[in-house]
Amino acid sequence: MITNTQRQAISNQVSKRRTIFQTSNVTIRYGDKPAIRNVCLSIPEHLITAIIGPSGCGKSTLLRAFNRMNDFIPEANMKGQILFLGTDLYVKDIDPVDVRRRIGMVFQKPNPFPKSIFRNVAWGPIVSGYPGNINERVESSLRRAALWDEVKDRLQDSATDLSGGQQQRLCIARALAMEPEVILMDEPCSALDPVSTARIEDLMFELKEKYTIIIVTHNMQQAARVSDFTAFLDSGSLVEFGQTEKVFTRPEQKRTEEYVTGRFG
Amino acid sequence: MLKNKLVQKRRQPEKSEAIALGAKLKYHWKEGLIKAGLFLCAFLSVVTTIAIITVLAREAFPFFREVPFLDFVAGTKWTPLLQPRSFGVLPLVCGTLLIVAGAALVALPIGLASAIYLGEYASRRVRSIIKPVLEILAGIPTVVYGYFALTFVTPLLATFFPSTQVFNAASASIVVGIMVLPMVASLCDDALRAVPDSLRQGAYALGATQFEVTTRVVLPASLSGVVASFVLAASRAIGETMAVTLAAGATPKMTLNPLESIQTMTAYIVQVSLGDAPAGTVEYKTIFAVAALLFAITLGMNIVAHKVLRQFQEVYE
Ligand SMILES: Nc1ncnc2c1ncn2[C@@H]1O[C@H](COP(=O)(O)OP(=O)(O)O)[C@@H](O)[C@H]1O
Ligand SMILES: [Mg+2]
Repeated sequence: MITNTQRQAISNQVSKRRTIFQTSNVTIRYGDKPAIRNVCLSIPEHLITAIIGPSGCGKSTLLRAFNRMNDFIPEANMKGQILFLGTDLYVKDIDPVDVRRRIGMVFQKPNPFPKSIFRNVAWGPIVSGYPGNINERVESSLRRAALWDEVKDRLQDSATDLSGGQQQRLCIARALAMEPEVILMDEPCSALDPVSTARIEDLMFELKEKYTIIIVTHNMQQAARVSDFTAFLDSGSLVEFGQTEKVFTRPEQKRTEEYVTGRFG
Repeated sequence: MLKNKLVQKRRQPEKSEAIALGAKLKYHWKEGLIKAGLFLCAFLSVVTTIAIITVLAREAFPFFREVPFLDFVAGTKWTPLLQPRSFGVLPLVCGTLLIVAGAALVALPIGLASAIYLGEYASRRVRSIIKPVLEILAGIPTVVYGYFALTFVTPLLATFFPSTQVFNAASASIVVGIMVLPMVASLCDDALRAVPDSLRQGAYALGATQFEVTTRVVLPASLSGVVASFVLAASRAIGETMAVTLAAGATPKMTLNPLESIQTMTAYIVQVSLGDAPAGTVEYKTIFAVAALLFAITLGMNIVAHKVLRQFQEVYE
């Protein structure tokens, strides 16, 4: 795990990092019920940002806004702006399909396709017409998801035969195979046992070399362990955003303190 | 008052062991009666099936004493009512298959496409209009389809293909296709809907278009359900009687030309049943031989369909 001095070193680097997502005054409603209110955030590149908050506070809603997955919820509507490396994700000439190729997502419950392990990982590249060597792409994705050694001898077996933790790492490999720039994770460990959870957390440390990760979690220990930045949401509003260490040890807001010390939520 | 009584009753359960036991017995007795009644109802369908098989076998076996089994299943000439008699059932099988093939050509692609459209593309409003229309289609009496074939489809075909005969396989198979289409659409719809939404979400999150998600995740995941619906539809088309009797003709023939008059197994059974073949004669017994064959074919197809379906249910367990 990460030590305090390492964390300090990282935070020293933060100022040099680019902002990958910039949201300004993002409000998301279901019908006319607001789920996200006026959220302004700058998410730095190549770090792990955690979104925490009590159940129903809008974490998933906000996360889905980053890769336009809210488009599939007919009653959801968004106001405000989300810039991805300076480009507004919600203007007319942006194709959401391209957005999702560059911004991958891992879901709460592992959702491998009922196909072989190989075809799960190869699915995205094949569908998007990847011209290179598909076998290599599958292998490198599985390696990066720390699953290769466990499955290399049974790539043709059904993905649904894997354990829950393996399935989730397969879903991460499947997302990595698209070579995205960002990986959004919505409570990726909530259906997993502690050992599988630890493996995925270790994996996240390795992945942030290459990718920006935004993780939603209701587990505060997890947020404290893995993330560099933490955003605390409550009732759809951003209460506090800052370096994880600071949010957990010296929060500026009373509500944040109450939440991270477990007095509510 | 009543409430008080209930409370009292509940408070004194140990008052008399005998009464309590009696109540228990009575309860069991009633339960048993209900169970027996339900069992009888369920058993009725088993009894009916057994009865049908028995009748078919009893009437068909004497037939095979007069006509060798091989002559029946491998013979290519079917003239049981005319001299010289010949009992090769293949022309009827051929006619039936011609109808099934034509009906499949109509019902399978359109049925599957409708299901995909309704399940994956249509808005709730469009769905709420098209679904009932499909159900109406399923509720139209088959005799109406028969006359529809004769008075509308056949003349239409004749304008495109002048060689079309008044009674022909094409016209009948088109209406049989329309007839089984709602079943295909509805079963395919069930199969597509059984695919969890999380799989669609996963595919979309990889940057797939709706068409790619539908054809490369949803459809493969529901393939066995779709195949099962095809098999069930085919088995219904094989058993379909009224439309083919009216529109396909009564000419047992080994042909693959859909514009000619043919005869199906079912239409032959109707023809003889309506005629005056005296009971006990060999031509009378032919209906049971043909019916037994028909039963065997559709039973086989249904078993296949259920096997495929079971496989499909296991995927998400
Ligand atoms: N599809 C939806 N339709 C209507 N309301 C929704 C929908 N999804 C979520 N909500 C509502 O939006 C709020 C935020 O939900 P969500 O983003 O899932 O919260 P979280 O992930 O923090 O638990 C909740 O009050 C929830 O009931
Ligand atoms: Mg959530």
